[in-house]
Amino acid sequence: MVDPESRSGSPVAFDPATAAGWVDAPPRMGFFTDTSVCIGCKACEVACKEWNGVPSSGLDLLGMSYDNTGALTANSWRHVAFVEQPRPSGDDDSPGGGSAVASSSGAPVEFLGMPGAAPPGRTGSAHGRSDFRWLMMSDVCKHCTRAGCLDVCPTGALFRTEFGTVVVQEDICNGCGYCVSACPYGVIDRRAGDGRAWKCTLCYDRIGVGMTPACAQACPTESIQYGPLDELRDRAAARVATLHERGVPEARLYGHDPSDGVGGDGAFFLLLDEPEVYGLPPDPQVPTRDLPRMWRRAGVAALAMAAGAVVAFLGGRR
Amino acid sequence: MNPRRLPVGERFRRFRDRLGAAGTTGAPSGAAPGAASAPGDGPPTAPGATGGSVGGAPTAPGADARTASGGRDGEGRGRRRRGRGGEELAVPPAEFRSYYGRPILKPPVWTWEIAAYLFTGGLAAGSSLLAAGAQLTGRPALRRAGRLTALAGVTASGVLLVMDLGRPERFHHMLRVAKPTSPMSVGTWILTAYGPAAGLAAVAEVAPLLPERGPLGLARRMLPPLGRAAGLAAAGIAPALGTYTAVLLSDTAVPSWHGAYPDLPLVFAGSALASGAGMGLIAVPPTQAGPARRLAVAGAGLELVGAHRVQTRLGLVAEPYRIGRAGRLLRAGRALTVVGVAGALLGARSRVVSAFSGAALLAASVATRFGIFHAGVASARDPRYTVLPQRERLQRRADEQDR
Ligand code: SF4
Ligand code: SF4
Repeated sequence: MVDPESRSGSPVAFDPATAAGWVDAPPRMGFFTDTSVCIGCKACEVACKEWNGVPSSGLDLLGMSYDNTGALTANSWRHVAFVEQPRPSGDDDSPGGGSAVASSSGAPVEFLGMPGAAPPGRTGSAHGRSDFRWLMMSDVCKHCTRAGCLDVCPTGALFRTEFGTVVVQEDICNGCGYCVSACPYGVIDRRAGDGRAWKCTLCYDRIGVGMTPACAQACPTESIQYGPLDELRDRAAARVATLHERGVPEARLYGHDPSDGVGGDGAFFLLLDEPEVYGLPPDPQVPTRDLPRMWRRAGVAALAMAAGAVVAFLGGRR
Repeated sequence: MNPRRLPVGERFRRFRDRLGAAGTTGAPSGAAPGAASAPGDGPPTAPGATGGSVGGAPTAPGADARTASGGRDGEGRGRRRRGRGGEELAVPPAEFRSYYGRPILKPPVWTWEIAAYLFTGGLAAGSSLLAAGAQLTGRPALRRAGRLTALAGVTASGVLLVMDLGRPERFHHMLRVAKPTSPMSVGTWILTAYGPAAGLAAVAEVAPLLPERGPLGLARRMLPPLGRAAGLAAAGIAPALGTYTAVLLSDTAVPSWHGAYPDLPLVFAGSALASGAGMGLIAVPPTQAGPARRLAVAGAGLELVGAHRVQTRLGLVAEPYRIGRAGRLLRAGRALTVVGVAGALLGARSRVVSAFSGAALLAASVATRFGIFHAGVASARDPRYTVLPQRERLQRRADEQDR
């Protein structure tokens, strides 16, 4: 499974816009979403809907946390995840927190993932008081360097912009749905009733005239930072170092590495726990990476098929 | 919004009911009835899967509760699987963390049309090969049956494919580009080349019905040679048509489809041959169906070997091929294949038995295609098939670096 080419060598400065045929492409633009300062206000979700005219998703109470958006969909191009993690109270300072709340009787009680009426941390008895942490993260299309959705689109509706982002052209897409299955992050989605695929465009219209994407503009804590990817990567590395220094050893970057399975993300993240806790795949890979091998196997099978037919006619009298 | 999403409040009600069933103390491990978290079918919103909120460092005092909740999930599966007789617990149940048990990937938006197309496309491919063989060895009845089936199959394929589009009226946008990185684009061009060839070959079969004189008389004379050329062209493209669909499924992030890429083409090739042979067995008298019988054996062999490898060699992502609806369909497909081949060989003298065998082979192909389709959908719906194999891969890479 390990692909020696993309794993071992030092990351080469690969510019997807140039590779897609753009001449004199501007620097690759992207997002750095620093979840350590996200306050879960969902201003990004709202700003995105407003600017891009994304239809409402309807009222859908999921009953699991303060997140009722649930996932990135055709009608939610930003999604704020709320992870509620109980941590043992008192002087336990194990990183990442504990995993169960001790009830007053001392028996471990499974945390049920439900927000309570009282503020977090104030429930339970004085002794077995629950402590609690909230992880909030504004998820978005990753604008992969090697984008599965873009590779498989049979109409050319998905294309690589001069900023290195990945955008669907709504007048071309015929709703074949291939991109939906090809995205290793489960981002792009077909809109019911409309039939076409939709996702974050990194506000192609705004960045084209030098503006900041709506979500980044709306974010009150600068959790969402927009800029040239190189710059963002430097900034992110510095931020992780700062957090480690301040005693947050669980801080880590996700999607920043150009040698990962998708060639690095144009929108990457600083996380405070494992990616899967936020609903992100721990080791995403672009499906087309194995495509040459797939065609080879199909070729072998096609030959077997032809051989079967030949044998069927030459192999007997009647 | 995802159309498959449950209506407002339903998810919450189910969640609450499940808590009620498990006892509100949330006693870990065996105390809760296994039914409380029914893994496999349906969205795994069970408390056992809410690793996102339960997770933490394993050293923490309450860690056993998480292990227990993860373990319960795994245990339930193990029990179910062992209960189903004979099938091995190939992968030890492992715990994993997720965002409230929600899927990471989007399940394919494709519906039954695509599964049905896998069958009709394969049937067309198998029939074209049968027809070309019959043409070259002078078996007119078999040739006619093969050509007509191929045309029917490719026509149905086109209709199904257009039906499945979100914007069917834009189907021709597929013809804007030719993209080797997109198996669907490659498939579009394969179909574009194959369709007219198969169509011409089938139309040529009407030549004997045309009048001898006049412009139609010219057609009567022209059609047979054109049909012969077209039939050979269609047969030349048929193996590509029969196998590219495996790449179409594999070139996705869907864990069970992607993982199966080495063996899926074999299954599809075999299934295509077997279904074409099945049609031949139904259409021609047993005395002329010798090649169809042998083709059935060859196709069934390829299919069974391929399916066996898919079901046993993929580790965790093979599981969706064994359990649930997909497992049932694939088992049915296997049984029907065996019945069909046995009937074709043993009932070689009886028209009725041969026709039944042919029908069994066709049904087997349908069941196999739908089974593989549903296994992929199930694997995309459950985050365990996304997280665990990727975790394993990361671990393997870390181990390699240590060495
Ligand atoms: S995250 Fe998914 S939708 Fe976004 S560019 Fe990557 S493959 Fe495409
Ligand atoms: S649904 Fe649209 S954007 Fe997605 S692959 Fe098909 S044509 Fe391309």
